[in-house]
Amino acid sequence: MSLLKIENLKANIDGKEILHGLNLEVKPGEIHAIMGPNGSGKSTLASVLAGKEEFEVTEGKVTFDGKDLFEMAPEDRAREGMFLAFQYPVEIPGVSNANFMKTAVNEVRKHRGQDALDAMDFLQLMKEKAAYVELDSQFLTRSVNQGFSGGEKKRNEIFQMAMLEPKLAIMDETDSGLDIDALRVVASGVNKLKNENNSFVVITHYQRLLDYIVPDYVHVLYKGRIVKSGTKELALELEEKGYDWIKELVD
Amino acid sequence: MNKEQAEQQYLEDLTKSDYKYGFTTNIEQEFAPKGLDEDTIRFISAKKNEPEFMLEYRLKAFRHWLTLKEPEWAKLSYPPIDYQDIHYYAAPKKKEGPKSLDEVDPEILDTYAKLGIPLNEQKKLQGIAVDAVMDSVSVATTFKDTLAKHGIIFMPISEALQEHPELVKQYLGSVVPYTDNYFAALNSAVFSDGSFVYIPKGVRSPMELSTYFRINASATGQFERTLIIADEGSYVSYLEGCTAPMRDENQLHAAVVELVAMERAEIKYSTVQNWYPGDKEGKGGIYNFVTKRGLCAGYKSKISWTQVETGSSITWKYPSCILKGEESIGEFYSVAMTNNRQIADTGSKMIHIGKNSKSRIVSKGISAGKSENSYRGLVKVNKKASGARNFSQCDSLLIGDKCGAHTFPYLEIENKSAVVEHEATTSKISEDIIFYLNQRGINTEDAVALIVNGYAKEVLNKLPMEFAVEAQKLLAISLEGSVG
Repeated sequence: MSLLKIENLKANIDGKEILHGLNLEVKPGEIHAIMGPNGSGKSTLASVLAGKEEFEVTEGKVTFDGKDLFEMAPEDRAREGMFLAFQYPVEIPGVSNANFMKTAVNEVRKHRGQDALDAMDFLQLMKEKAAYVELDSQFLTRSVNQGFSGGEKKRNEIFQMAMLEPKLAIMDETDSGLDIDALRVVASGVNKLKNENNSFVVITHYQRLLDYIVPDYVHVLYKGRIVKSGTKELALELEEKGYDWIKELVD
Repeated sequence: MNKEQAEQQYLEDLTKSDYKYGFTTNIEQEFAPKGLDEDTIRFISAKKNEPEFMLEYRLKAFRHWLTLKEPEWAKLSYPPIDYQDIHYYAAPKKKEGPKSLDEVDPEILDTYAKLGIPLNEQKKLQGIAVDAVMDSVSVATTFKDTLAKHGIIFMPISEALQEHPELVKQYLGSVVPYTDNYFAALNSAVFSDGSFVYIPKGVRSPMELSTYFRINASATGQFERTLIIADEGSYVSYLEGCTAPMRDENQLHAAVVELVAMERAEIKYSTVQNWYPGDKEGKGGIYNFVTKRGLCAGYKSKISWTQVETGSSITWKYPSCILKGEESIGEFYSVAMTNNRQIADTGSKMIHIGKNSKSRIVSKGISAGKSENSYRGLVKVNKKASGARNFSQCDSLLIGDKCGAHTFPYLEIENKSAVVEHEATTSKISEDIIFYLNQRGINTEDAVALIVNGYAKEVLNKLPMEFAVEAQKLLAISLEGSVG
């Protein structure tokens, strides 16, 4: 059974259609990379899946773990196990990472019929997961993303992913703005989390991330559709040749 | 219940909506006839069997009030108040017999139980002594005897006028004279009850003292008067809470609170103000026109105001400190939240007179719905107050785009050695932040509560713990329906 099944998805923003009938299927345990030139609709796809309000779905169907995704509010999608690592994580002044994560983790646990974690267990869990992405435990008391460097913000996204243990993680250009060391930390965090039951959709411009997070499939998104799919060799080919040949192929 | 559980609980309580203290208690009451003239004042004074000086004081205040005009400088708008259409005295009818807790009308005990304030001492409310005031009279005061062993006087001011008239005479009006302003003059003329506290030299109060004010009767104003005196080297933490039934009419609440701290004494005064705010369209609700002021009379004395304001349709209050003692300290920590059609004009005044006196103002305004929220504050440094220091921080948080936040800081500095700092920020709870929290499994109302409590944390932390949790809940409930 597929974890995520997107069929003929069309979506607008401000009346302008961005996704023109997109199809994608992700099975448990798979890593899919989505690449493509600027403006092809990669981030729109991530936002539509997570349920951002500005985007209007006009056609198509998305099933997530057997359920109709569009019947669920954004928080319910999250509780069901969908996680979006944001391209631009927001800063939330006054709200500590610890308090934020405690609320989020306990919401997800409640949804799964588990008891809320007590303070000691929670703290233990936070320290353990923070180590995944080499965040020092002092950051737990700081306000969410406030005053964080670009790299710290991205590591915080992966840390949150580790805390929430999603079934499907969508990573929206998590590599953008990262130097090579930070990239390695982020990728190794993801690799530690990966198992045969969870899946990743990795949206990226660059091949280099895929050296560390090795995809099972690579898709090229262009003009709101997936126009070419292949294995990791496709990413290398794109790196070498650029997107022009794809554009020619389609246009 | 520990803090963690309590915090968890408040998140769960979020689903409970609306003003939950809006019920009315059916008890027999006696009223003064509507309207205000010298006879009304004589009636109140006679009811209380007051000493002659008190009646004299009231009449002077009343005559002065007649010469005053209602202030219009605040950023408030409300229809004119008909001062002749208000009952100035309403009291639950007393049954015969000695006045002890067992004699209190069960309906009244029940009312306070519903408000979460047990007056039964056996059920000790975490060792907090409570004075319960309903409409114009105090209905019960707990732990009086325990406190008396430490020499602490904690009783209704009407009783203090009988038992300690000399203390009341000495201090009443010494910090807020009846000439101070329109509502203070009115209060001085007609106040009916409130709490009186005296902490003797060197005594730390062994428990929190608190007063719960409840307006019950309709068409009635509440005019309470609180006077707290902390003698040399003493310490007291005092908390007031207030609720009222939901009524279509606006009701007037004009209180005066006076604090006096002697040498090295400290008074911590906390308020959780939850008067009925009116409905979504702005119908009904309490007009909360209050004068609160503390005098740091002695060397190294300290007065700290903490307020969480969520109720009232209109709030007009500026808890202040007169820093007369050298090295005295004044603090003001405030969270003022307005929703729907509420209007708040609130802030603080810090008047530096003593050398090296220090003050700190932290004001956090939260506006939602179609409300208007203003901070108005004055920092005044007298010529003699060399080395005075003030730090003010005024933050505004906007929820939605139909509300307003305003900041009016006034500075009057007459001494060159003074250091005065002012910081202000305005922020908005953006859709992006809400979406980010949604994406982590947190629904919108919980997300707003998380942000608001984070924003207000610095102030909430100043409250005694059990009240801090209460205040968090209150903020969350008051925000119901303000988003999305």
